[in-house]
Amino acid sequence: MKKKANMIDRMLNVRRDICGYCGCCVSVCPEGALELIDAYLSVENNCTSCGICAKVCPLGALEVVDEKQV
Amino acid sequence: MKSRYDVLVIGGGPAGALAGKTAAEKGLSALIVEKRPAIGAPVRCAEGIGKEALHEFIDPDPRWISAEMTGATIVAPDGFVMKLGSAMAGSKVGYVLDRKIFDRELVWKATEAGCDSMVKSRAAAPILENGVVKGARIDYAGKTTDVRADVVIAADGVESKFSRWCGIDTTVPVREIMSSVQYVMTDIDIDEYSTVFYLGNEVAPEGYLWVFPKGKRSANVGIGISGKKSGSGHRAKDYLDRFVKKTFPEGKTIEYIPGGVSVCRPLGCTVADGLIIAGDAARVVDPLTGGGIYNAMYTGRLAAEVAAVCIGKGDVSKKSLMMYDRSWRESKLGKSIERNYLIKEYLIKQPDTKLNDIIHSVSAINLKEFTTMNLIKEIIRANPKLVLELGALAASLR
Repeated sequence: MKKKANMIDRMLNVRRDICGYCGCCVSVCPEGALELIDAYLSVENNCTSCGICAKVCPLGALEVVDEKQV
Repeated sequence: MKSRYDVLVIGGGPAGALAGKTAAEKGLSALIVEKRPAIGAPVRCAEGIGKEALHEFIDPDPRWISAEMTGATIVAPDGFVMKLGSAMAGSKVGYVLDRKIFDRELVWKATEAGCDSMVKSRAAAPILENGVVKGARIDYAGKTTDVRADVVIAADGVESKFSRWCGIDTTVPVREIMSSVQYVMTDIDIDEYSTVFYLGNEVAPEGYLWVFPKGKRSANVGIGISGKKSGSGHRAKDYLDRFVKKTFPEGKTIEYIPGGVSVCRPLGCTVADGLIIAGDAARVVDPLTGGGIYNAMYTGRLAAEVAAVCIGKGDVSKKSLMMYDRSWRESKLGKSIERNYLIKEYLIKQPDTKLNDIIHSVSAINLKEFTTMNLIKEIIRANPKLVLELGALAASLR
């Protein structure tokens, strides 16, 4: 299935220099795509880049970005 | 670590520790697995607990009590200060704990009772057979081991991943996650015997900011705001930094603690076949105060008590384990969660002017018993009109 042009190439970027590995984002992810493995936040392939986690992060460590920017 | 236990506990916080301890005391073999390398760290907590609540589980010990509180202070959005004191002046009403030591103590007590404990050991997946939870795959030091158990108690905190892997939706609604940050600060001018709560849309939208003393010139200074109100440029950290700059410009920060606290209703069902969910993972944090230590210990202990009964009967089906779900919901704790949820829902809808009015109406309160409930009762007594606004809820408050 072809994604719409404006949906394509969006991805979640973890700013590891900012992340405090607290798990706040994990609890709100509707897809269950985030997991905190000790002090490392992992993002699974089922992430839809919906941005909910980026919104609630108390530190601003998550951002949905254009894949080409990364 | 053995490959089979009666009870496997996921998570070594207060819920998991009480579950492991209780299971061992009931004569069951039990293992606590904690994914972090140390029990108690990193702290994700403001560390406050009521006196009676703590005493129900453990005798206070100066090794893990940072400070004893004799009162609380609420600061209205307009800056007006309301003091809450005990009816007996000077008597202590609560504690601010040192969770790093407290959590260790709880797990140590569990191991003393005979429970096994592993750290840096992550439950990576449940063992599911025909939809029944039969244990977990544990990752430790590069090796994966299957640990089978009659009952798994998921006490894995706010992330609540284990239950999700078992097919239970534990997602917290965005508006009901408290996006939080806290600094442990030193060299600040505070009342070392009183917690302080700051309310208001400018200070902490749909949440509150707290100063919980940790000693003479030291405190947990933190904030929780609704996830709904969080975003770029106006996150929990932005609000807290603004407050600290203004209130404690000379203070030093010795610890930086982000976190998430759920203030939603508890999970619709907190058991499944072979599985019991306890503590923050079950979303049993007090939705009004955000306090979770007592609720975690309570549900953790109850989870193991019910596990012991059901294992004894040879029936760990969801239907059998429902005894746990019913018990906590019908308990004082379950009722107070529901009531405090409704009060929280009311309060977050009020504009600052209304909060000012309410707090002005009661400038000083002395409570016989220092509970949120008694505070609410006093506030209603001073604001008879609130009874109408609270509707059916008010009846349950009398």
